[in-house]
Amino acid sequence: MKHTLSILVNNHPGVMSHVSGLFTRRGYNIDSIAVGVTDNPEVSSMTIVLNGDDFVVGQVKNQLLKLPDVLRVQDMAYASSVQRELVLVSFSISESNRSEALTICNGFDVKILEMTEDSLLIEFSGNSRQVTNIIAVLKPYGIREISRTGQIAIAYRNQNAV
Amino acid sequence: MTSTTEAITGGRLMVELLEEAGVEIVFGYPGGAILPFYDELYHSKKIKHILVRHEQGAIHMAEGYARSTGKLGVCIATSGPGATNLITGLTDAKMDSIPILAITGQVATDAIGTDAFQEADIFGITIPITKYNALIKKADDLARHFEEAIKIAMGGRPGPVLLDFPKDVQLEKTSVRKASALKIAPHHYERPKVKGDPQEFADALNQAKRPLLYVGGGAINSFASAEIKALAEKANAPVTTTLMGLGAFPGTHPLSVGMLGMHGTAYANKAVLECDYILNLGARFDDRVAKYQDFAPNAVRAHVDIDAAEFNKRINVDHILHGDLKDAIREILPFVKGGDRADWISRIQTLKKNHPLDYDNNGESIKPQDFLNRVYTKTKGEAIVSTDVGQHQMWAAQYYLFDKPNTWLTSGGLGTMGFGLPAAIGAKFGNPDKTVICVTGDGSFQMCIQELATIAQSKLGVKILLFNNNFLGMVRQWQELFYEERFSESQWSYNPNFVKLAEAYDIPAMRIEKKSEIDKGVEFFLKDSGSALIEVMIPAEEKVFPMIPAGKSQQDLIEFKDLGKLKK
Ligand SMILES: Cc1ncc(C[n+]2csc(CCOP(=O)(O)OP(=O)(O)O)c2C)c(N)n1
Repeated sequence: MKHTLSILVNNHPGVMSHVSGLFTRRGYNIDSIAVGVTDNPEVSSMTIVLNGDDFVVGQVKNQLLKLPDVLRVQDMAYASSVQRELVLVSFSISESNRSEALTICNGFDVKILEMTEDSLLIEFSGNSRQVTNIIAVLKPYGIREISRTGQIAIAYRNQNAV
Repeated sequence: MTSTTEAITGGRLMVELLEEAGVEIVFGYPGGAILPFYDELYHSKKIKHILVRHEQGAIHMAEGYARSTGKLGVCIATSGPGATNLITGLTDAKMDSIPILAITGQVATDAIGTDAFQEADIFGITIPITKYNALIKKADDLARHFEEAIKIAMGGRPGPVLLDFPKDVQLEKTSVRKASALKIAPHHYERPKVKGDPQEFADALNQAKRPLLYVGGGAINSFASAEIKALAEKANAPVTTTLMGLGAFPGTHPLSVGMLGMHGTAYANKAVLECDYILNLGARFDDRVAKYQDFAPNAVRAHVDIDAAEFNKRINVDHILHGDLKDAIREILPFVKGGDRADWISRIQTLKKNHPLDYDNNGESIKPQDFLNRVYTKTKGEAIVSTDVGQHQMWAAQYYLFDKPNTWLTSGGLGTMGFGLPAAIGAKFGNPDKTVICVTGDGSFQMCIQELATIAQSKLGVKILLFNNNFLGMVRQWQELFYEERFSESQWSYNPNFVKLAEAYDIPAMRIEKKSEIDKGVEFFLKDSGSALIEVMIPAEEKVFPMIPAGKSQQDLIEFKDLGKLKK
C-alpha cells in the first residue's frame, strides 16, 4: 500500500542525506520525495511517498523520529489530505493528430507551454493517479521528455468534512 | 545560554569546551588537518592525550573507557585516512549504544569538495553509523555543535557522534561560546517521563506463575542494576541477561540463570521456553537471542526501553513502558507483589542441575573453560574483562561470572575482532586501580596488535590472556559442524612467536601448553599490577556449547552432551 509521509525537518545541510540514508539502510524504496522550505527559513517540509504495509511505515516513522533534525512526521491518509504533483511533458504530434492532441489537453485541464510543428510541451498538476493517467494517454503520441516533481501533500484543516 | 567573551581560535575553544565538560583523557593520532587543535591541546593541563598506534585503536580505547566508566569516550583523528580509520569503532559504538565523541580534522573549508590532499567526506560516510554528526563550518558554530553533540551522545539511548573540524575553522577566531553546564559524567541528559501504565505493567508480572526477567545492555547504560536486583528479589523472578547485559545482575545471585541466546546457558534458553511472562529490560530482541516471532512462545511479553523505535521492531509485545530503565523500574516496583514462586524456582534449579555448562576436561590439554574458571577464582570475580570476538569471547561470557555492571566489555552488536586489546587499554586508563584483563584469540589479537606499544609507552598494567588454537576458532567451529570440515582459510599457516613479540614491547610473557602448567600460568599472569601476556595453547577442536545453530531457535539448542547428534 502507498503511504504519504509529510515530514518537517531542520533546514540544515546534510539533513536530506540523513533522511534518505535511513531509507536506503533499511532497504525501503522511496517512490517519490519532494522538498521545499516552509514559511520559516529554518524549516523544510518533505513529502515522501513509499510503498509498504503498516508495519513498515510504523518502523519508518519511529526511525525518522530518532533523527535529531526531524521535527514532525505525519502519515497522510489519502481522504483527509490534498495531494498534488506537477508534471512537464514534451511529446510528438503530427499534422494529422494535432487537433486530437489539443482536444485531449483541453479535456484534462492541461496547460500548453509550447507548440511546434511536431511537438507539444505541456504542464499538468493533479494527484499522482491523475498524473500517471495523463502520461498514459499521451504515450501513444511518442513522449520525448518527461519531468515529474514527486508528490506533495497537506492535510485538510477540517478532518470531518470528507 | 550563549555568551560573548574575548575572541579565541576554534582550536582553543574546542580544548576549553572539552575541559569544561570534564573530559580528562582523549585517545588520538595527529596529522596535518588537525594540527592547530593539537597545538592548543599541547597547552592543556587538564586533558591527558594518549597517542595510539592506529586510529581504530583510539576509538576502541575510547569505547573501553566509556563502557567501563559510564562516561563519554573521546577520540581524535586527522582528516581522510585518519578519519576513515574510525569507521569500525563508530559502527561498533552505534550498535552497542556507547557514548563516543569523535573529533576529526578536515581540510580547509575552501578546499572541501575539491578532492584535496587527505580529504574524505567523513560527514557523508558516517551518517549511517553515528547518532549525530556535523561539519563545523564556522568557529562561531562550534559551541552550538559541541553542546548538541555531547547531549545527543549521552542522552536517551547513548551513541557515537562525530564533529568534523576543518583546519581553517580551528584557526578562525570566535567569541561565541556557550556558558553551559555540560558534563560527561554518568548522567542522563534526556530522561523523558516514563510513558505507559506501570500498574498494568506490574499486574501482568503479579499474575505470572513463571516470570523471567530478560536484561540487556540498556540496564548498563541506565545504571539500573540496583533497581533490577530489587525487582527480581521482590517478584522472586529469575533473571537472564544478554551478552551486553552481563554484570547488570549479579551472575552469582541465586536468581541468575546466566546468559541467554545463541551461546547462552541451556537453562536460560529453556527458561525462555517455559516462562509464562517475559519482561525485557533494556534489550532489543536481538536476532542472536530471539530468532522468531514465537520467542518465549508461552509467555506474555513486556518491554521497557528508552528507544521507542525498539518496540515491536522484531518481536511483538503485549505491554510497553517507554522511558529510562531506572526510572521505569522505580515506578513499577511499588505495584509489584512479592510472589511465592517456589515451583518455578525449583524448576529452574532442576534445569540448572540437569543442563549445566559443560565440557570435557579429561586429557592433557588445557581447556579454555577451565583456565577462565581459574582466572575467575584468582581475581575473585573483580576484574574488568574485555574480549575480542570468537570462541574465547563466548567462553569468557560463560565462565567468568560478572557481578557488577561496567566490568564486561565486549563488542556485542558488531562483533568486532580487534576490539579487545584497545578496549582493555581504555578501561585501564579509566580504572587504574582495577585488574583489567583482555581475553583474546590468536586471530583477533593480530587485528590491533600494534597497541601493545601503547601499553608499553604508558607503562600500563593490562593483562592479556591469549588463547592460541592456531585457528580462527569460531570460523572453524562452524566449518566443522555445518561445512563438513572443509576448513577453508581458517587455519593459520603462520603465527608469530607471541611471547617474543610481547617481550619486544617490554611486556612480560609466558606460554603454557599442558594442564600441569595452569597454576604456574595463572600465578605468572596475575602476580603483580604490571602488564603481562599469557599464551595458552588450546586444542583446535574445542567448541563452544551450548549452541543454537544459526537460523534456529531455542527449541533447537545443542548442548555439549548432544555433540554426537550433530555429526551423523
Ligand atoms: C573484523 C572481523 N573480521 C572477521 C570476523 C569474523 N569472525 C568472527 S569470529 C572469527 C574467528 C576469531 O578467531 P580468534 O580471534 O582466533 O578467536 P577464537 O574463535 O579462535 O577464540 C572471525 C574471523 C569478525 N568478527 N570481525
